[in-house]
Amino acid sequence: MVAGEEVTIFVDGRRVTARAGEPVAAALYAAGIRTTRFSRRRGEARGPFCMVGRCTECVMTVDGVENVRTCTTPVRDGMRVETPGGRRHGPSGA
Amino acid sequence: MVVVGAGPAGLCAALEAAQAGVRALVLDENERGGGQLHKQIHRFFGSRHHGAGKRGFEIARELMEDCARAGVEVRLSSAVLGCFRTGELLVDGPQGVYVLRPRATVIATGASEKSFPFPGWTLPGVMGAGAAQTLVNLHGVLPGRRVLMVGAGNVGLIVAYQLLQAGAEVVGVVEAEGEVSGYEVHLQRVRREGVPVYLRHRLLAAEGGEGVEAALVESLDDGGVKRFRVDALCLAVGLAPQAELAAMRGCRISYAGELGGFLPWHDRDMRTSAPGVYVAGDAAGVEEASVAMDEGRLAAVSAAEDLGVLDAAEAAAIKSALLARLEGLRGGPSARSKRAAKARLCSG
Repeated sequence: MVAGEEVTIFVDGRRVTARAGEPVAAALYAAGIRTTRFSRRRGEARGPFCMVGRCTECVMTVDGVENVRTCTTPVRDGMRVETPGGRRHGPSGA
Repeated sequence: MVVVGAGPAGLCAALEAAQAGVRALVLDENERGGGQLHKQIHRFFGSRHHGAGKRGFEIARELMEDCARAGVEVRLSSAVLGCFRTGELLVDGPQGVYVLRPRATVIATGASEKSFPFPGWTLPGVMGAGAAQTLVNLHGVLPGRRVLMVGAGNVGLIVAYQLLQAGAEVVGVVEAEGEVSGYEVHLQRVRREGVPVYLRHRLLAAEGGEGVEAALVESLDDGGVKRFRVDALCLAVGLAPQAELAAMRGCRISYAGELGGFLPWHDRDMRTSAPGVYVAGDAAGVEEASVAMDEGRLAAVSAAEDLGVLDAAEAAAIKSALLARLEGLRGGPSARSKRAAKARLCSG
């Protein structure tokens, strides 16, 4: 509902355009990325489930900080987001 | 008085407290006030007192403005981490972590979406209906192009319709019961758009590699299995009161399935079993936003009475008006079982 100005974030090094103020998870969905992490033991893909900061399925490494809930963290220009769990979204896409 | 939660119940509690002359501080972990109202784009039913005809986000904005005018402080991005038996609250906000010692506490923490496990439920693209609603209504992002909705209560039907309006294809609404529990008007809207509603069907599994690609649904009558190709699967299988803070505080916890499950026991006037602790809104049993608003007001009047700011006669007069209004709100056929459950709880 709030259309913020365009900002750029980097997801595993890939440039993703986002709107200031929207949560990282929404920006990723808009860019067609719905996997936010891979589970530790079995390496299964996980994605946003509750979008209100409860379930922690969407945690990623944001600007070097691990386990950040991307559904409640607003994007900032230049933010670096990394997929935890060993596998990464390639620079060319998920 | 400290109110935990800036949704319809919490904001109305703070407003009523301010009106009675009690200083109220509202804490909410989110960046904006209004709770789940701010993602509601449909018009509300009910009466003038509850914002009928307005959209949820408009009601949220008005309540926040009313709070500002009434001198109610609303601290956002402030999570209440703990509610101790001493009555102290531990808060984590922009100012850091700090302790509050309120004389009265209103727990208006709302509810969280329920879920259930099935093969494939952790695949990206499987999410709560509320999560889908947040994505589409708040952020203008579709959770998928082809969506299956599980659950034909009001949340399932409303979100299915909003996804349609936003341009998604809703391939069906699956409901295990033999009838729809959501309002007829929402059901008709979805049906008019050509969305099939599969009654007496259940979700078996989600399939996919790195995200959901299909959903398997079984008929409870003949065991036939349908396979839907989808890229989003939304679960609208109910809400559960967020009772953790009340439990931590030592409030007696009761169970009422009709109201969402475990919840703090409370009397008719929203007093919990712990002195100085009140509960309102979905945290006191999942009902409508309009009910939450009046429960919030009721909790505040009880608190003002217990603090000695309102005398018994003043409090009784306001409360009887609010209770009559609540009775009216719970008059519909779909609210009957909830009303009965609430009555049982309050007398127990």
